[in-house]
Amino acid sequence: MSRLVAFLFDTSQFSGPSMTLLGGNLLVLAVLFAVGRYLRKQSESMIDPAVIRSFDRRIVGWIAILVILVLALMVNRTFTLVFFGFLSFWALREFITMTPTRRGDHRTLFWVFFLFTPLQYFLVALQDLSFLPNLPNRERFAELFIFIIPVYASLFVAGRIAFADDAKRYLERIAKIQFGLLICVFAISHAPALLYLEPLRTFNAEANAWEIWTTGTTTGLLLYFVIIVQISDLLHFVWDRMAGRHVIAPSINANRTWEGLTGSACCTLVIGMFIQAVMPITPFQIVGSGLMACLISVMASSGSMTMSAIKRDRGVQDFGTLVQGHAGILDRIDSICFAAPIFFHVTRFFLATQHVPGNGVQ
Amino acid sequence: MKKVTVSILVGLAKFFSGATVRWVDCQPDTCQRIYFANHTSHVDALILWASLPRRIRNVTRPVAAKDYWDGGPIRRYIASVFNACLIDRNEVSRRNSPVDMLLQEMGDKFSLIIFPEGGRSPDGELGTFKSGLFYLGKKRPDLELVPVFLDNMNRVMPKGEVLPLPLLTSISIGAPIWLEPGEGKTEFLERARHSILKLKES
Repeated sequence: MSRLVAFLFDTSQFSGPSMTLLGGNLLVLAVLFAVGRYLRKQSESMIDPAVIRSFDRRIVGWIAILVILVLALMVNRTFTLVFFGFLSFWALREFITMTPTRRGDHRTLFWVFFLFTPLQYFLVALQDLSFLPNLPNRERFAELFIFIIPVYASLFVAGRIAFADDAKRYLERIAKIQFGLLICVFAISHAPALLYLEPLRTFNAEANAWEIWTTGTTTGLLLYFVIIVQISDLLHFVWDRMAGRHVIAPSINANRTWEGLTGSACCTLVIGMFIQAVMPITPFQIVGSGLMACLISVMASSGSMTMSAIKRDRGVQDFGTLVQGHAGILDRIDSICFAAPIFFHVTRFFLATQHVPGNGVQ
Repeated sequence: MKKVTVSILVGLAKFFSGATVRWVDCQPDTCQRIYFANHTSHVDALILWASLPRRIRNVTRPVAAKDYWDGGPIRRYIASVFNACLIDRNEVSRRNSPVDMLLQEMGDKFSLIIFPEGGRSPDGELGTFKSGLFYLGKKRPDLELVPVFLDNMNRVMPKGEVLPLPLLTSISIGAPIWLEPGEGKTEFLERARHSILKLKES
């Protein structure tokens, strides 16, 4: 019983710097939100009201995600995982709703929704579920989450649809379902998986040696990731509006410009270095943190572009308007879906120590 | 006990269908109405019923086929939970007219949900209407006949499947129509059918 209680409430993950960072960030968001509100009241001739609306939506979306994330983190990292699990589930249902499927795909989709999506998250959480009976080789099972969808699920989708005896647009249908699963479930699950990426090592410049990272927790790592993505998202928006001249791909997304991409990447690089210098919540060096932030920014842009391309292909404006009245989850997390797996794997490649999922048992 | 089952079923139906309800030129009201909708899936009646506001749900009864919903204890229980009127599709005669039976079940309190196509359309297209709607409108001219368009339900649970998918659906509820004086059966049914098609485009 006490094990269960200890499992449920674990606030020790929050360190001072991560609280400061979070507070500062929420403050900035609140100010931006107020600015948006103020601008909306100004005459419409000055600023396009559609721009303000999209700016507002962005900010509100990010405030919501951050608040829920922090609440989930305060309880326990498994709750954070469950939160992301629901996010995945919702994103996937938006994705599949938008994608034309055929009768023959019905049962495949059932397993995609109700087996592979929960299983992916279950595997991430596995090493934590201490009240489960002891599994032999728990680490071996836990590392499955890195390849269960790319290997087992994608082959299952192809095979199961073939068994359903409907050859029309076969290749197209399996590709769509596989990609939906890859983006909405596999990629997004890498954000909460950051919490389980421990112990990490860090480079001690004074001693000129690697040591186990003890000055922070992986909660800081996830917060760092989410906040950088969101800052990069906002900066991209601001740069596009202020200095955007050369649109990257007008037929995909008329708003995204090269100036926005490079501007936000450079700014996030500086902000990444600044965060690590002032509030060291990651195991990176100052320069490393800048480079990581820059990488996250570029991947976030690529993710958004990809989602725009999918939307144009399907001929929808926003995932949110797909079915009237739904808040488009996919619109809000499009920047996470590329950045999360890359950030996870780069961090793991450089900083993981032995007992990390996917690292094998040494 | 039934109340718990109702909330569970309503919750499940809402979760699975992610249904958005749009009231187009029509307001929620507890006055006696006949909601007539296109039919593509077994979950249609359940989802539409679950998506109505509670006070309206309490006075609304879906009309369902006896041959399906009377088959087996679970289906029978579900049908009783959402207070369905079961009609026999096989034994329709003048003496055993479903229209009179429905009017009797409605009394002066209940509204009905009916699917005038008489069965699920296999391809999602709107088929021709059976005449029941016309006779209901003729015998009770005070009833509001409200068209409802259900979108994407056939993907949630197509004909022949038992397991639902959690896809997003939408329900559009349109402006009520009445039988015009002197309007013929085919004319009226075509107009009713058209009112659903119009919702599809709106």
